[in-house]
Amino acid sequence: MTMSTHHGFKSEISLTVNGRRKTVLAFPMERLLDVLRQQLGLTGAKEGCGEGECGSCSVLMNGALVNSCLVPVLQAEGASIVTIEGVAAGLQLSALQEAFLECNGAQCGICTPGMILAASHLLSKKPTPALAEIQEGLSGNLCRCTGYVQIFDAVAKAARCATAKMS
Amino acid sequence: MRSDPRDYELVAPSSLQAVVALLASNPGKWLPIAGGTDVMVQYAAGKLPACKLVSIWNLPELRRIEVLPGEIYVGAGCTYTNIREHEILVREFPVLASSARWTGGVANQNRGTLGGNIVNASPAADSLPALLAYDAELVLVSARGERRLSYTGFHLDYKKTQLAPDELIQAVCLPRRFSGYVHHVRKVGARNAQAISKVCIAALGRVTDSTVDDVRIAFGSVAPIPLRLHETESLLKGKSIDESLIGLAMKAAAAEVRPIDDIRSTAKYRAAVAGNLVAEFLNLLIADGKRA
Repeated sequence: MTMSTHHGFKSEISLTVNGRRKTVLAFPMERLLDVLRQQLGLTGAKEGCGEGECGSCSVLMNGALVNSCLVPVLQAEGASIVTIEGVAAGLQLSALQEAFLECNGAQCGICTPGMILAASHLLSKKPTPALAEIQEGLSGNLCRCTGYVQIFDAVAKAARCATAKMS
Repeated sequence: MRSDPRDYELVAPSSLQAVVALLASNPGKWLPIAGGTDVMVQYAAGKLPACKLVSIWNLPELRRIEVLPGEIYVGAGCTYTNIREHEILVREFPVLASSARWTGGVANQNRGTLGGNIVNASPAADSLPALLAYDAELVLVSARGERRLSYTGFHLDYKKTQLAPDELIQAVCLPRRFSGYVHHVRKVGARNAQAISKVCIAALGRVTDSTVDDVRIAFGSVAPIPLRLHETESLLKGKSIDESLIGLAMKAAAAEVRPIDDIRSTAKYRAAVAGNLVAEFLNLLIADGKRA
């Protein structure tokens, strides 16, 4: 435990990012978003609002969707983090990524990493979501380009593909 | 201007006991942080005065939901996701579960905690009127021990509560005695997700032999604190609901709320909508009375 009157100390923080074990030296109140982008070079998660309203910094933390701008990195100690960089298997895109391409679910791309992680979190809980469930699952992720329809189509398509593969 | 992480200390003790010992060592100096959905927003805006923070995220002692015969014990560190996915809470406390569903979005529900929402004490918090309506009790813990108090009365004034500087909320207890009631909740806002309510209602009522034998009406975003409308309730108790009583109750509710003008709405709109929401609830009570 670090103690001081005025300043924090850097601590060694270990976490798993996209399946790889990482140890970073960071101030405990640094935002997970900044550690991912600046120390680990993972710039897929974007800073939009910086206050948990827009979802563009969404990542998965132990399987749960979180806004990485609101996570002090100390709280990610020991956690498993998935960013957009960990979604494809090498050059093989995930079903969701393919569906976003096919349905034109991305335009400027700022919201897309967060949208895909939010959609992936949704499908992990509800493999065959109704439209209203897709809308609710993505309701914390804002897009200023697409009007959302193509994004909802993409998620529905990815869900259908996954179900078709299983049956 | 964003805060500088170098100016902040954050520690993460592994037990509740260690957290309360730390709070006791220097009461008021350590700010607990759970999922950060409020604290990190202030931090991002450069408006977080405390520079010593203690993480209570994921403390197992705060994450339990226990179903007891007389009550459900909800650890204060349970997230909105935990609440909305808990089958018995959804069945017996639908007003709380629904308000959890429209607090923020999925990511904020995965991190925001019930205890954090109470301590943050926003008068606009969506889930707090539900706790008033359900007569929740709080278990507060400190190095001095535990105490239990009614949630009604916990909020003293805008952002002022009965929580002592060395205390934490450990749990919220919900009495299981509302099974025969009509449960009603509604949020009026720009959209359900993310947007903060302009006005929200949580209400419970029971009609027996066409008279109201119990009614509990609470509102968010209409006063400096989450507000229970005791006067409107007394007007209704023991009466048979008809059009003229609904009219009186609408007026009473509009008079009992103490709303303000702010970026989201106006005092006038909020008072009018509060009356309308009470009328909507009373019409549901009538409909339920006819079914019975």
